[in-house]
Amino acid sequence: MTKKYRSPVLDRRNFVKIVTSALGSLMAAIIGLPVIQYFISPAFGKEAGDDWISLGSLDDYPLNTPTLFNFTLTKINGWEKSSQSYGVFVLREEGQDVIVFSDVCTHLSCRVNWDEEKDGYYCPCHAAWFAKNGEVVSGPPPRPLDRYETKLEGDQLFIHLREG
Amino acid sequence: MAQNIFNWLDERLDLQGIYNTVLDRKVPKVNWWFTLGSASLFLGVMQGITGILLSVYYVPTPDHAYDSITYIMTGVKYGWLIRGMHHWGASLLILTAFIHMLRVFFYGAYKYPREFTWITGVVLLISALGMGFTGYLLPWNQRSYWATTVGTEIAGTVPGIGDFILRVLRGGTDLSAVTLSRFFSLHIWIIPLIVMATVAIHLYLVIRLGISNIPDQDS
Repeated sequence: MTKKYRSPVLDRRNFVKIVTSALGSLMAAIIGLPVIQYFISPAFGKEAGDDWISLGSLDDYPLNTPTLFNFTLTKINGWEKSSQSYGVFVLREEGQDVIVFSDVCTHLSCRVNWDEEKDGYYCPCHAAWFAKNGEVVSGPPPRPLDRYETKLEGDQLFIHLREG
Repeated sequence: MAQNIFNWLDERLDLQGIYNTVLDRKVPKVNWWFTLGSASLFLGVMQGITGILLSVYYVPTPDHAYDSITYIMTGVKYGWLIRGMHHWGASLLILTAFIHMLRVFFYGAYKYPREFTWITGVVLLISALGMGFTGYLLPWNQRSYWATTVGTEIAGTVPGIGDFILRVLRGGTDLSAVTLSRFFSLHIWIIPLIVMATVAIHLYLVIRLGISNIPDQDS
């Protein structure tokens, strides 16, 4: 039997305490840090709502009459697929750049309709009128109809859809 | 400051007494086989923690169960780690608990006055197997679906009351959304509550009665 060595600074009991708490803290950190990521990562995922959407050939849209174009985009949140439909008015006028308006009323997000006779967009929810160029004529909306950034590739019209 | 707070609490709660009773109790000279109870407890706590974390994203319906797990595995950061620990920890827990039982059996540690500790251990082992059986269905993939089909079918072969057991397990004649929902409830509420209560009794008895010696030739 070898002679027992006793450390003057650290007895067996304290050595075990220190090793146990060090290993315990290490394990807690290895598990705990990924858990934080596990909780917050879905909050900062890649958003699907930033894309150029094709509206087809510019020549398909009549001159001087705002024309409604509807499309549907599919979004995936986690494990759930959801579709959202969008409506945009394409206004093409002689000698001017094409303008694309959202059909969402700037008041409370109802959909506006083009009224040919009154020469304006009408929102049925609170009787708001927008002029052909999107400016507010009457009613509660706080600002003109939203416009999309547009680009032409050949005769193909695209709008930049961005959310949030 | 910290010492003052500790003293204040200790005077009222006898924290030092709890520490002495729980951690500084006298134990005979034992070997590594005696660590398996603690290992099982540790794994059980880990199963609880990782299970709670999985429930953040998991959805127990046929429409979304599989997709939500795919999301955990690929869409969430470190989801693979959390689920992996829950998956492998489950198998490991059965292993450590079973070897723990073998040690108690072969050392005769279940004898007087520890019979009731053994009985609570049996409840815990059966509960652990129940957790395994119910948890296996939750991913709702082909393997879990058919494993549960076969498992409940086996329960159905009990003479006389077999059909009754099978229907109660499945919540009807078919394996369905009802089955998934009740297995989920069993897995996260009912069996865990049984386990926690039983573990409390098991540990109380271990502390109260102390642990047994390794038997020698005289015993």
